[in-house]
Amino acid sequence: MSAVTVNRVCKVFNAGNPNRVDALVDIDLTVEPAQFISLIGPSGCGKSTLLRLVANLIDPTSGDVSVNGKPAAQARLDQDYGMAFQQAGLFEWRTVEKNIELPLELKGWDKAKRRARAQEMLELVKLPEFGRHMPWQLSGGMQQRIAIARALAAHPPLLLMDEPFGALDEMTREHMQAELLRICAATSTTVVFVTHSIPEAVYLSDRVVVMSPRPGRITDVIDVDLGRGRTEDTREQAAFYAKITEVREALRRVEKAGATSGLGVDDR
Amino acid sequence: MTSSRIRRILQALIPPAVFGIGFVLVWELTVQLFDLKPYFLPAPSAISEAFFDNFSLVKDAALVSGRNAFVGLLAGTLLGVFSAFALMRFRILNELATPLAVALNAIPIIVLVSLFVNMYPATSEMPRRLMVTLIVYFIVLVNVAKGLRQVHPIHVELMRSYAATPVQLLRKARIPNAVPYLFTALKIAAPTSVITAFVAEYFGGNQNGLGSRITSNMAIAKNAVAWAYVLGACVVGLTFYLVSVLLESITTHRRGSSPGGDSP
Repeated sequence: MSAVTVNRVCKVFNAGNPNRVDALVDIDLTVEPAQFISLIGPSGCGKSTLLRLVANLIDPTSGDVSVNGKPAAQARLDQDYGMAFQQAGLFEWRTVEKNIELPLELKGWDKAKRRARAQEMLELVKLPEFGRHMPWQLSGGMQQRIAIARALAAHPPLLLMDEPFGALDEMTREHMQAELLRICAATSTTVVFVTHSIPEAVYLSDRVVVMSPRPGRITDVIDVDLGRGRTEDTREQAAFYAKITEVREALRRVEKAGATSGLGVDDR
Repeated sequence: MTSSRIRRILQALIPPAVFGIGFVLVWELTVQLFDLKPYFLPAPSAISEAFFDNFSLVKDAALVSGRNAFVGLLAGTLLGVFSAFALMRFRILNELATPLAVALNAIPIIVLVSLFVNMYPATSEMPRRLMVTLIVYFIVLVNVAKGLRQVHPIHVELMRSYAATPVQLLRKARIPNAVPYLFTALKIAAPTSVITAFVAEYFGGNQNGLGSRITSNMAIAKNAVAWAYVLGACVVGLTFYLVSVLLESITTHRRGSSPGGDSP
């Protein structure tokens, strides 16, 4: 059973009025369990929209999305996935541990069980002594780690991430990427990851899905066979650079095809 | 408390304290040197003498005005919070009430108090309390409604991803988000309630509060006594303000920041 199946999905915003936008057209995508895939493309290519469709935060105009073999809506009700965004989005009136406990609280877990799980998650993201802190007392990178801990608290089989490291500095970002790979390997979580950054997509992913804008389509799917157990050394291998070039060329083709777009992808 | 913290607090307190004492001294000297008549400007020494001579009268009047302000503040806050929830729940109410709140911004609703005075017996405190309630009501309504509505979009998406029910969204996201907005509203409303309670006394009705005592003492040329009542009014106003600031700082301390407030 696939972790995510997207079948002939279209998404139209403002249908039937002059501002009509074809955000996504004929999207087919399958993600296997424990796979890490990235969605990359210029602004407006619909990658965040696709992520939100998988999360059932919005509904497709046509086609269907299934997660864990269930319709996306049912998967959401069953909390089959965790989510993280560019901003950590911690609830500023809750302590760090109570933030991590929130999804469990809504699932009806009792307090002792929640507290134990929160501590386990804090250890997973290597911030075990910060449970009683308030979010504003933490740096941006630490807040983002708490957001990931919260997304994984219910041990969901799927993690959906929308540019989670986009607001972090380069050093923190590379460190967080390595941490994410470690966590996903430890928990065998499937990940769908939206990013603007080519090296980030290549370093993290088993497959990179390249998308083009107006209308949003999938133009290329590039397998990244750098193996599991990637380390900081992976970033210096020739094969890593070759993949970056391959993804960059795929994106150039996207830009040429839609020369009017004028929107780029950054090289961070 | 460390000694550096004490020093910081002293450094913050000394300049305004020096300025305040200097101001009173200059005032006293000006009255003495230019031999200003008490009906023009009484000396601070005369005012403080009048304040302590009439202390129990000033205290009683302060309690009357203070109680009016407090009752109105409490009623207005409760009604405002309740209405904010109703606005949140029924979109149509929101569309009706928002233009009204904007319109109220343009008119001096304090004048309504003379209408209220006519509606109740001469010795009733209701007209002033109603006026304070009305003014506090809109301040609290506007701010709390904003706090309930302006939940971070990520928080809404997260709650949806947790399959939260509308009631859970309200309890875990919207209400906690609105709490600092309520305290910000109280910080604006508390001094306003005191001012409203005093000013409302100038529109007739019972003559037992600080506002009416100031005018009646001026009328019989007991200026220093009138100023003693002004001093009493300052004390009441400051008390209300300090309590509201203290309440706000408790939430600010936990969250690291507090929202800016709106007056309707």
